[in-house]
Formats: sequence, C-alpha cells, structure tokens
Amino acid sequence: MHIPDGFINGATSLGAAVVAAGGLGTALRRGNRALKDRQIPLAGLVAAFVFALQMLNFPVAAGTSGHLLGGALAAVLLGPWMGVVVVSVVVIVQALLFADGGVSALGLNITNMGLLTALVGWGAFRLLMTLLPKRTAFVVGASIGAAWLSVVVSSLGFVAAYALGGSGQAPVGTVLGAMTGVHSLIGIGEGLITGAIVAAVLGVRPDLVYGAQKYELAASRRLMPGRMAIGGFVAAGLAVSLALVIFVAPLANSNPDGLERVARDQGFIATAEDSATAESPLADYSVTGVENDRTGTVVAGLIGTILVFLVGAGILMLVGRKRPQPKSEAGP
Amino acid sequence: MRATHVHALYVHGTGRVRALEAHVKVAAMVAFVLAVVATPREAFWAFGIQAVLLIGAAAAARIPAGFLLRRLVVLIPFVLFALFLPLFGGGPRTQVFGFALSVEGLWGAWTILAKATLGVTASIVMAATTEVPDILLGLDRLRVPRLITAIAGFMIRYLDVTLGEMHRMRIAMMSRGYNPRWIWQNRALANSAGALFIRSYERGERVYQAMAARGYQGQMPVLSRELTRPGSWLQALAFPAFAWMAAVAAIIAT
Amino acid sequence: MSVPALEVRDLSFSYPDGTAVLHSVDFHVHPGERVALLGPNGAGKTTLILHLNGIFSSSSGSVTVAGLPATEENIHEIRRRTGLVFQDPDDQLFMPTVRQDVAFGPANFGVQGAELDDRVRDALEAVGMLEVADRPPHHLSLGQRRRVAVATVLAMQPEILVLDEPSSNLDPASRHELAHILEALDITMLMVTHDLPYALELCERSLVINNGRIVADGPTSTILGDRELMRANRLELPYGFDPSFIRPGRT
Repeated sequence: MHIPDGFINGATSLGAAVVAAGGLGTALRRGNRALKDRQIPLAGLVAAFVFALQMLNFPVAAGTSGHLLGGALAAVLLGPWMGVVVVSVVVIVQALLFADGGVSALGLNITNMGLLTALVGWGAFRLLMTLLPKRTAFVVGASIGAAWLSVVVSSLGFVAAYALGGSGQAPVGTVLGAMTGVHSLIGIGEGLITGAIVAAVLGVRPDLVYGAQKYELAASRRLMPGRMAIGGFVAAGLAVSLALVIFVAPLANSNPDGLERVARDQGFIATAEDSATAESPLADYSVTGVENDRTGTVVAGLIGTILVFLVGAGILMLVGRKRPQPKSEAGP
Repeated sequence: MRATHVHALYVHGTGRVRALEAHVKVAAMVAFVLAVVATPREAFWAFGIQAVLLIGAAAAARIPAGFLLRRLVVLIPFVLFALFLPLFGGGPRTQVFGFALSVEGLWGAWTILAKATLGVTASIVMAATTEVPDILLGLDRLRVPRLITAIAGFMIRYLDVTLGEMHRMRIAMMSRGYNPRWIWQNRALANSAGALFIRSYERGERVYQAMAARGYQGQMPVLSRELTRPGSWLQALAFPAFAWMAAVAAIIAT
Repeated sequence: MSVPALEVRDLSFSYPDGTAVLHSVDFHVHPGERVALLGPNGAGKTTLILHLNGIFSSSSGSVTVAGLPATEENIHEIRRRTGLVFQDPDDQLFMPTVRQDVAFGPANFGVQGAELDDRVRDALEAVGMLEVADRPPHHLSLGQRRRVAVATVLAMQPEILVLDEPSSNLDPASRHELAHILEALDITMLMVTHDLPYALELCERSLVINNGRIVADGPTSTILGDRELMRANRLELPYGFDPSFIRPGRT
C-alpha cells in the first residue's frame, strides 16, 4: 500500500519521516559496518531483484493475482539492516521515479514497507528459529511465518497512521478489521512465495541465506514443509483473517459508527431497495444488520473485506492485463 | 522487453523545463508537493491555482495528457478508498441525491483525491522531464546520503538486466507448457525467482570485482561538478513559490 | 630486454575447499606484445587473470606489473596498471551513464576536473563510442557495451590490457569492429579467448593453459598448427580453417 500525498495529515507524515530517517540511518550505519564496501553493488542488485519481484504478479486464484512486498524475504536473505536498506531504496525510487507513493508520504511508506516489514520479519524469523529445530525445512517454515506476520504488521502500521492522522474519519475499527483482514489473506501469498524462494536458494547456495548461515545447512532437496503443514498455514491465515474482521472490528470500535449507522439512517437501505440489486445480499443485510450494533459492524467489516479484496483483485487483473509493463501497485 | 519501463518514464523533448538542472527540479517538486499538502481542504481555489501551475508546467514541457492520465492509475486503490469514505465515515450526515453521506467522509474523499492527484502529477512531471541518471546526480547534490544514491543507481542500472532474465525464464517455462492459475501452482515460479536471486547475488559479487579492478576502495567517486546556472533556482522555485502563496493565503483565510 | 609489462612467477592457487586451480604458472609479457591465453573451459584462465590485479591473491608465487610487485600495499597502483575487461559487459558497466562509468576508474585514482573529462573523451574516442557518452549502458547493443567496457579501462591508462573472451557472443560485424579497435590500440595486451582465429588475427604469441599449467608458449601460428598439442588441450579450429594458409596478423 503505497500511501499517496494528502492521505495522512502533515504532522503524522512528518513524525513518520523522522522515524524513517532514524531507522534508515541506523540501518545504513549498521549495515555498512557489518557488510563492508562490497555490499553496495550487492544491495543494488538485490533491490533490483525485489523491485522485479514486486512487478511479477503471482496467481492467487482463478486469474486474480497478488505481488510480493519482499521485506521479510530481504531480511532473511541479507540480514535485517541490509533488508531495511534494500526495501527502503525500492520505496524511494518508486516514489521519485514512478510516482508510486507520495513524496510527502515517503516517511510513512519507508516506515511501513521498509522498516516494519524487514525488522518484524527478521524478529519473527529469529524467534521462530530459536524455538524450532535447526533444519532446512524449518528455516523455510520460519520464513513463511515471518513473511505473513510482516505483511499483517505493515498493514497495522498503515492503520496506526490512519488513526493518527487519516483523512475522512473512517471508523478506525472498520479500517483495522478490513486492512488486517485483507492483509492476512495477502500475507498467505507473501509467506508461500517467500518460503519457496528461500527454499530454492537453500537448495543451491545455502551460504547466501543470511538467516541460516550460522546453522551450516548443507544444500538439500527436501526443503518445503509438508503439504499438511502448508495447508495448515493457509487455513490458519484464512481463520485469522476472518477472526480479525469478526472480533477486532467491533471491539476496537466503541461508538456505533460505520455502515450500520448508514443503514440506520435509511439512506443505504433505500438505495439498496430502489436499485436493481434489491435481491442482493446487501439488501438482505440491511434488514437483519440493524438489529444490533455489533452484528452490524461485523457484517460491515466482512463486506468491506470481501469488497476491498475483490475490487483490488479485479483492478490487479485489469491493470495487469492492459499494461504488460508493470506498475500495478494495487497490493499493500 | 529491453529498456522498457525505466525508459518509459521520460518523455523526450526540449525546452525550459528540461533544461533546468535535476537537483533544482527535484527540490522544486518536493516544495510544491509540501505546499499542496499544507493547503487547507476548504480552499478549493488554492487547489485550483496549484492545478493550473501544474498543468502549465506539463504543457510547457509538452507532456502529452494521455501520458499523464495513464500514469495516474497508481492512484486507483486510493480513489476507491476515497469513494468508500462518504459511506463509512463518521460524524454528521448530509443528503446527496438521496444518499445519507458523512460530511467528514466527503471532505476526506475530496482531500485525498485533490492532494494525491496533485502530488502524483507533480512527481510525474518531474520524472518525465528529467533523465533518470540526472535525477540520481540531483539527489546527490541535494545531500541525499551517497550510499542511498549509489544503491539506487545500481538498482536502476540492473533493473532491466534482472527483468530481462526474469522474462527469459518465464518464456522458457511457458514454452514448456507452464501456465499457473492457482496459488499452489507457484512452485516453479518461485524456483525461478530463487534462481533469479542467486543470479542477482552472484552478479553483485562480479560487479564488486569489476569495481575493485578499477580502483574502488569503498567510496563512490564524486562525478558531478557542474555548477548551477545562475537563475535556475529562481526559475524553478517560482513554481512552488506560487503554490506556497496560495497555500499560505488559504491558511490565513480559514 | 626491458622490464616486462607483466611477469608471473611460480604462481599457484587453490580454492579454500582445497581444489587446486593453478600450478606454478610462469610466464611474462613484454611491453608492446599481444599475447593470447588459450585453454579449455575450467583450465584456470579466469582465475589467473583475477590474480593479475590482486582480486585473488595467492600464498605462493608472484605477479609483477611493469616492475611493481603485486603486494597488499601496492594493490591500488597494480589495479591501475592492469586494465581488466570482464567477459560480461553488464558486470563491468555499472554506472547510470556511459560517461560516468568511464570516469569511475580514473576518478578512483584522484583524476578530476578537466583532466578527467579529457581522459573520458579520449578513451571513448579510441573505441569510437563518444556519441553514446550520455546514454545509459543498458540501452547499448552488446558490441557497443563491450567497446565501452574497453574504454572504461583505457581511461585509467593501464600498462597492460587484459581481456576476458572479448569476442564471445558478438555478431560477425561487431567482432570484426572490435578487432579493428584492439588492433589500433598502442598497448600491451593479454587476451583470454576460445576464438582461435581471433587470437591468430590479433596476437603474435599464444600461451596454452590446461589443468592450471602453462603447457605451451610460442608464436600463435605455430601453436594453432600443432594438431597434437591442440587435440591434447581440447582446442579445435573452425571447420576448414588452416592457420598455415593464412598470413598471421603480426609476426
């Protein structure tokens, strides 16, 4: 989600810019000390790789597709500091050259997509690896989990920025539910692709995976966790996604705003009934949804999640098809 | 496939906007965007002035309108979000064509649409009138840390190389009948992405050797010494200056 | 004779895993000579040339460039004296524009200002690429990129030009143009190549390396004419090509 100008107010953007400058500065210093001069071309090449991956849409289901953020991947492959630097440079170039993400929101975007994804991804990876056996399949598993979490936390960063200084007073609970819900879905894709890439690299050059260097793994073929484990991961991701929408949205939302308020004001019901979609689920919802606030919000959140997901997927599909040269950053 | 998108950012031509030095243009663009963001949302006229300035700059640089519009698609997800806001937004409501819409939500949608559009257009105008290597040199002259500009330079240099490799791998896969539709069919794609990472990494090592072979010792040499022509700053900054005047007038008025 | 432009003495090298790549390699190149280094894949050619400017260093043996031994404290000057042109110009041309790339080397050695501009212009002129100076390298054809790669090294005014497979993957016209340019350069040259007619055209002398050892050293036409030697070292002339019928480029 490359935040554009005007989406988040000036004070919050400024605060995020300070955080981003501090974080990126630290990463540059630490990364440079640990990695020496030979890492500059390396970082540039890996940044090109991450950029290319972000342009490579992978199929999610039946013709819709998503793309990678790459923060956790970069951190596992290159270490946290270099990961931060690489993804931040990608974000900076996207803002300046591709107009992707606002210049005034650059701090927000670096913080969300550079700092948070790489550092959270790395933290989660390390934590999982201290708990798990030091074997190749578990390195891959830990990468998958770390990548999933990095995407969800990045969306939390977005929600936090919106809560602090977002335009338009959308109820924070609904935004939270919808954003984290959608991103726990997107995170599944991020996790699987990250895991598969880490597995592919471990299979050929395990020495290149920074996060696994100290385990001295030999190149091996049996890399991906079993089908059951992957299935479990996908199911868990879906469950978390739904749980977030159902429970988090209403809890975080103390005053009854949002869609149920719209419904109560009858405006929405009226249009729903007047329109040709009177038989649609939305119309159904407007009858049952107003009975109590909580159900209303839950349904609103669910509909919001599904709508955002479908619309996003649809756009990715359309844009992806029309313009083979990428830049269809409809993802997070 | 080669030289596709990075190249596609630039619109060839001549004229006053293109003749300005890159660092001056980047600074002007940033100052302009900050003015847009600082403008109070109620000041429709101020946004109008800023839009006119921007259209003037784009016209002076002869950037085709179609090019600008095509590049604006990056905003689509946020336009959608903005359209949802009047429905979901809180606070008092108003009737618009029979819809009960949130006043705050309407304002929010307007703010996002106006400021994001102006901001993105400003970046596009800058990128369309400045060659990529010049933008990098410009950032360097604006005291952006050399490490960042150097890494960004390598990234841009090798983006086409990397995409070319990716493209060839994909074609090789497709010519053997690979056409994934579902997420669990991504194994081969991910394997090729893994191979691509290894290639990128190993190329990074070779590039380092090539640099060391030409005397690189950890410091990128300073290569730009051209002086800013007198008057460049004045010319370029006139553009954000008007935008700021509008913004400040609007702040005082509201 | 004068001080050799390049002197390699008793050079041996093994990778950290123990694989020996070079065994007491011993040869020298005199100023103004053009020498081809021939050998099959995996013979140690690339490893050898990475020793010539200290990117690899080895425990036994020595490399001397124009009288200066390649030691840790001399490494910077050695790298200026040895102009290494890599096989893949995409590895060699890493800066945003051709001009910046050609300036990279001399700038690292403290050349700046008008002198730097002169160096860049002269080097690009020598390879006929002055008109692409402000283009990004990835907009050039492979032949053009390889010529620019030669210019990036010439700008450092090296004592010896070391080329790794200069003619590989070039179309016949580009291959021919590059030969012309190299022929016209007044510089000592060591050229690693599989392209035997190219070696014959450009280099009066050839070294054959196999399994990390120099197994032959002599006039290119003699070496290419020695069928036994050629077969033993997996070198093969193009079909119908007989070096004895061709007037050597230089003798």
